[in-house]
Amino acid sequence: MTGMKILVCITKAPDTTTKIAFVDNDTRLNEAGVQWIINPYEEWYALVRALELKEAGLATAVHLVTVGKADTEPVIRKALALGGDEAIRIDADSNDSFYIASQIAHFARTENYDLIMTGKESIDYNNASTGAMIAELLDMPYITHVSKLEVSGNQVQANREIEGGEESNSCSVPLVISCQKGMAEARIPNMRGIMAARTKPLKVVTPVEESELTSTISYEMPPQKAGVKMVAPEQMDELVRLLHEEAKVI
Amino acid sequence: MVLVFAEQNQGVFKKSALEAVSYAASVAAASGTEAHAIVLGTCQDAAALGQYGATKVYHLNDERLNHLEAKAYAKAIGQLATEAGAKVIVFSNNNTAKAVAPRVSARLKAGLVAGAIALPDMNNGFVVKKAVFSGKAFSFVKINTEIKVISLTPNSFGLIKVDGQAEVILKTANFTDSDFAVKVESVQTVSGIVPLGEAELVVSGGRGLKGPENWGILEDLASAVGATLACSRPVADSHWRPHHEHVGQTGGTIRPNLYIAVGISGAIQHLAGVNSSKTIVVINKDAEAPFFKAADYGVLGDAFEVVPRLTEAIKKFKAAQHA
Ligand SMILES: Cc1cc2nc3c(=O)[nH]c(=O)nc-3n(C[C@H](O)[C@H](O)[C@H](O)COP(=O)(O)OP(=O)(O)OC[C@H]3O[C@@H](n4cnc5c(N)ncnc54)[C@H](O)[C@@H]3O)c2cc1C
Ligand SMILES: Nc1ncnc2c1ncn2[C@@H]1O[C@H](COP(=O)(O)O)[C@@H](O)[C@H]1O
Repeated sequence: MTGMKILVCITKAPDTTTKIAFVDNDTRLNEAGVQWIINPYEEWYALVRALELKEAGLATAVHLVTVGKADTEPVIRKALALGGDEAIRIDADSNDSFYIASQIAHFARTENYDLIMTGKESIDYNNASTGAMIAELLDMPYITHVSKLEVSGNQVQANREIEGGEESNSCSVPLVISCQKGMAEARIPNMRGIMAARTKPLKVVTPVEESELTSTISYEMPPQKAGVKMVAPEQMDELVRLLHEEAKVI
Repeated sequence: MVLVFAEQNQGVFKKSALEAVSYAASVAAASGTEAHAIVLGTCQDAAALGQYGATKVYHLNDERLNHLEAKAYAKAIGQLATEAGAKVIVFSNNNTAKAVAPRVSARLKAGLVAGAIALPDMNNGFVVKKAVFSGKAFSFVKINTEIKVISLTPNSFGLIKVDGQAEVILKTANFTDSDFAVKVESVQTVSGIVPLGEAELVVSGGRGLKGPENWGILEDLASAVGATLACSRPVADSHWRPHHEHVGQTGGTIRPNLYIAVGISGAIQHLAGVNSSKTIVVINKDAEAPFFKAADYGVLGDAFEVVPRLTEAIKKFKAAQHA
């Protein structure tokens, strides 16, 4: 093997400062004024690490894929400005993880990727599911929450976060991983990257027929807090009493 | 039947696993059926799950399952679910479940709600509530398939103890070598501490603490309270604290009973990860800190004076309780 062919899964997400609100009887996000960004986990970690592997001669190609309608193109172009050889947009809109994973798996099947990388979760739907589903659909091994990734030939060394610690794993490709903090340092696109991204191929692919296993019926905002009760800094016994008797948490 | 995956480590069930069993038992009761648990790997005391409402426990006593291997776990759970006729499959939504539940869902083509925070509403289809937008909102998700997979957010349901023993049934699965492609080279565990995702009590520090050398006062407070430590993102970014302690929109999302935030301003990205906490205490020397708006109790003061005083007060309270 001369180097890996890598697919990075990219989704768009509302900028983290967005004040979330809903419209149409709370069935839809109010998108007015929302700035869309690349979901941070794939922007900061998956994509940057894939690019580093290519720069180090350990990967031959880095492709980006998104399942989204035409309105996701600015976000995928932003990702291309960071790097990557080409992007694929599968022309469908869904927030059912199985539907999304099926589209990506179907596309990836014929392309023979060695390594498929996702973010650890999307910051809008917080499913942390898509990568594992892709792995199952492609019958590949899967490592979640990877914070360090080293590659040598067709072997991968990955550190992953487990409940209360860290585990060091090894596996040969093909493989799917989900990526998180620690894997790489975020990059900022430069002018050359932005110019280059304009001419990089962005293929639009028709989705395959697939059902949505779940549907979001409606949204709800969290209840408002009753208001803060201030306790004087000298009265920590009083705070402890309140936590015990009123809040009943200690 | 409702099938629940009860995760264990060296024969010990995590609290979150027992919570998932309690949840499964409630789902089963509401649909007039039984809850059965599945246990993977070496385990002496699988029958104990009866005390949380499981009537049967399927035990795959196979050493290869002592470590998480997502592919093998999903195969084992998927095969058993089909064989035993499970209609609902329940997980506790931790890092293990995040690797396995979606695989089971894809394998069985059964709709998944990852991060459920309440019992399903079965009056009108099968609708499950979960947090979205990193805790800034909730959604109601309908599962459209006959078999349903639910991964429950730890600490969102609680434990329900019952008087019961479960029947343990030994099982095997048809594994192939390729189901164990991921090799575990080494494991570093932080022992003795409740993992952040499961912690009921959390003490968290921000940039207001000025530097890693000042974390002693938070460690003292955490140990007095019995809490797990967390931190804001800049604290982890500056390597003052390990990154698994980072909470917020781009870190962990937690919902403990008590979250004590010290020297954290309360930026929207920080709040996103913690504002589902049942009770929030904010200690900050700036009255304008936005965190006070999201707090239940606030202390306006210098952390270096307030925190040791709070630690003493907690110790005094605990000593009095045990007296
Ligand atoms: C895309 C994106 C994602 C992000 N994700 C996250 C995330 O997941 N988690 C996160 O935490 N942040 C996140 N952030 C960063 C966030 O915007 C804030 O910058 C960060 O939360 C601030 O951390 P802090 O409160 O510790 O520090 P600061 O904002 O500097 O606040 C320090 C606080 O300490 C108080 N203080 C100072 N000295 C004392 C003292 N002696 N006693 C008591 N109080 C004192 C100050 O009054 C102040 O309120 C993200 C930002 C972006 C852009
Ligand atoms: N629509 C999408 N298109 C491409 N990749 C996606 C999409 N949705 C999710 N992903 C990938 O899957 C990861 C986990 O998303 P989720 O399962 O929604 O939490 C994300 O970080 C992305 O890498």
